[in-house]
Amino acid sequence: MSEPSGYPGTAPPTHLGEPIVRVGNLEKYFGENHVLRGVDLEVRQREAVMIIGRSGSGKTTLLRCINFLEEPTVGWVEVDGLRVDADPLHARSREHGELVRQLRMRAGMLFQDFNLFPHMTVLENCIEAPTRVRGLPRAEALDLADRYLEKVGLAEKRMQYPSRLSGGQKQRVAIARALCMEPQVLLFDEPTSALDPELIGEVLRVMEDLAHEGATMIVVTHEMHFAREAADRVVFIHEGQIAEQGPPEQVLDHPRDERCKQFLRRFLEAGPSGSPD
Amino acid sequence: MTAEAPAQPTRADIITRVARAQSRMRLMFLAKFAFVWIALTLGIGAAMWYAGRVDADFIIQFSPFIIQGAGVTILVCALSIFFATILAVLGAIARLSRNPYINGVASLYVSLVRGTPLLVQILFIFFALPQLGIVLPAIPAGIIALSFNYGAYMTEIFRAGIQAVPRGQREAAAALGMPENLIMRRIVLPQAVRIVIPAIGNDFVAMLKDSALISVIAVPELLWRAQRVGTRELQPIPALMIAALVYWVLTIAFSFFQERLERRMARSDR
Repeated sequence: MSEPSGYPGTAPPTHLGEPIVRVGNLEKYFGENHVLRGVDLEVRQREAVMIIGRSGSGKTTLLRCINFLEEPTVGWVEVDGLRVDADPLHARSREHGELVRQLRMRAGMLFQDFNLFPHMTVLENCIEAPTRVRGLPRAEALDLADRYLEKVGLAEKRMQYPSRLSGGQKQRVAIARALCMEPQVLLFDEPTSALDPELIGEVLRVMEDLAHEGATMIVVTHEMHFAREAADRVVFIHEGQIAEQGPPEQVLDHPRDERCKQFLRRFLEAGPSGSPD
Repeated sequence: MTAEAPAQPTRADIITRVARAQSRMRLMFLAKFAFVWIALTLGIGAAMWYAGRVDADFIIQFSPFIIQGAGVTILVCALSIFFATILAVLGAIARLSRNPYINGVASLYVSLVRGTPLLVQILFIFFALPQLGIVLPAIPAGIIALSFNYGAYMTEIFRAGIQAVPRGQREAAAALGMPENLIMRRIVLPQAVRIVIPAIGNDFVAMLKDSALISVIAVPELLWRAQRVGTRELQPIPALMIAALVYWVLTIAFSFFQERLERRMARSDR
């Protein structure tokens, strides 16, 4: 059903490493609704993959299936050598849960609405999982947190509660919190769509830095401009399948797939954020 | 228009005049509000004084004995709300459990306790348990009855509180690799507690007064003491009035603390 992964006809960029995330034949039903219809995807180390598509195309579901926040109906996901098969009948079993948990520790996730823990300070948000899940000594976790808060430019907010931060700052803290787990891949689920327009830039800048520094990331986004700047590969999803993928110049400027053309054309009409130049 | 027209007030003038008028209105409101309270309280008090043929000597002589019961009332309620909270947290987690046995037990507990009168539960624990070989002194029996009863009501409160924590909080914690019990303990419960604290405060106020029911098993709390001297001295109404007044004062005092606590929590959060 789906196209094979990789991008035929294009030499892979040289800075990329070995495949670190693999998704095989992923399908997801919500009741009768067939949302993902067999997705294969391979993401290599240091690769930044941007997933675009209409709302309802299944792009967010794909991302959430990768770390099993949604249990896929069929298929498997592999991150850094750990493969987890979809097991909807035993999704709640202890063994499966533990496997999924191991998988999640390798894949940091960023959400549309940040989901910082409101009862903890910025610093506590960042050290909670490293100390209690990774088992790092507190001092080490604090060092990590300081380093990554510095990276997202919010070191001076470390003692603040999230309620005192702007949306952009919250998302940057969320990025630092995810980085503190030192995951193999970062999954971004429309990280800027809940932000006021003037706050989007600061988050995208952090993400762009991460991409340039060689973080492996999979980003569901509507920010076409950002995709063009930071993506190694753009994946267009249509009705639960990968309809087209390739380097941003190819997919965004010279799409071959009719539905991708249509999507980009509509996007152009709808807003400036997607305007190619 | 004409030269004799008064000078236009300056902007600063207007601002200070508005502020002064507003603070005057606020003060007037407070004064009238206080007047209503004082007048009504005195009126009702006077009416009861005459209706009850209250004798000032009796009040002076026996008030201390009755008021001492407040200590027992507070002690019993503080311990009961503490145990009830523990029961409620466990109950709420059980009611949300996917395990049908655990969920069933918790659900039966809530149904049974909410479906029978507190007075019956108190009597049952004190008089029926001894037949099973469990003999409890009055105060522990009263605490157990109140804890069980309020634990059931508060189970539903905590369940609602847990469910009120946004789903994204669990997802974010899960995405960080946190196992379920850790998510519950570190992420969900602390936020749920904040949500339910006002409701627990209300329950504590209600319990202060419901604790009067344990006078039936001779716990020497406020009402029990009032009834005892009231009957002995043939002055039941004045004795009850003293007890009622103490309950009221306790409630007001607690509500005051509760308000301050809630304000403090609201400040640090969200």
